[in-house]
Amino acid sequence: MRSGIAIALLAIVALGIGLALAKVPFGGPKTEVGRHYVDEGVEETGAANIVTSVVVSYRGFDTLGEVTVLFIAATGLGAVLSTGRKNAASEKEPASLVLHTGCRLLFPPILIFGAYIFVHGHLSPGGGFQGGAIIASGFLLIYLGCRERRISRTASGLAESLGGLVFVAIGLLGLAFGSHFLSNFLPRGTVNTLFSGGIIPIIYVAVGFKVGSELAGIIDNLIEEG
Amino acid sequence: MILLVSFLVLLMLTGAVAASVFRDLISAVIAAAMVSLIASILFYLLQAPDVAMAEASIGAALTAAIFVVAITRTERFEE
Repeated sequence: MRSGIAIALLAIVALGIGLALAKVPFGGPKTEVGRHYVDEGVEETGAANIVTSVVVSYRGFDTLGEVTVLFIAATGLGAVLSTGRKNAASEKEPASLVLHTGCRLLFPPILIFGAYIFVHGHLSPGGGFQGGAIIASGFLLIYLGCRERRISRTASGLAESLGGLVFVAIGLLGLAFGSHFLSNFLPRGTVNTLFSGGIIPIIYVAVGFKVGSELAGIIDNLIEEG
Repeated sequence: MILLVSFLVLLMLTGAVAASVFRDLISAVIAAAMVSLIASILFYLLQAPDVAMAEASIGAALTAAIFVVAITRTERFEE
């Protein structure tokens, strides 16, 4: 009886979705906005990577919201997990020499690669979120391989706060010197050079620092105090 | 191209089924990470390198690590 009602309800929902989507042509251009971004995006924002021009310039306010969501998630996890007691790391056996040295050797190139990804976010694929995640995976390697090395909470908190502050400050400066919040008030420069795109590289560097330190902080919380 | 994509999708489906069937939760996490890794290869083949990077580093590396940490703190084998 109950499963019969459930199937009937599901059929009604499926019928509704099917009727709503039946008239939408599959795969064709549905809006003019996407076409506009592809055609005019490079010229309007100065960023050679169209994805970046949408994420940071056209939809910059959404990105600020995403960064805030990640910040709230990291803060909530820290509040739940920080019980004050340290997990007894001395009981675990230390990593072997090969693993230890390998992790220490690989850590700086991973950091530099992550920084490269977010500094070149407006030129090549990638950006603040991807670069930050790569940097956090480098910290994860250190946490797994070299147990005695830890990030300083003060430094990661400072990087996180500075990243958020720079993002909001750039937005407010856009309000002061440009037309609206997060408007691109700096000169665009020549497309496809490192110093181009106005505020886009600055915002992506700030996002990279913020995401990297937040994800590294989540790993730190989980491994140290979970 | 279509052969490569269908092979990858088949591998992905196998990984997804394996992740839900395995009793050993560590193996299940590794299978789920494999799904993410193949998803990132598919994103790259579909010319979305930005998404591919995020999927590879967050889906395959960080999520798997967080799951492994959680499993080592609790039970390794499903009842």
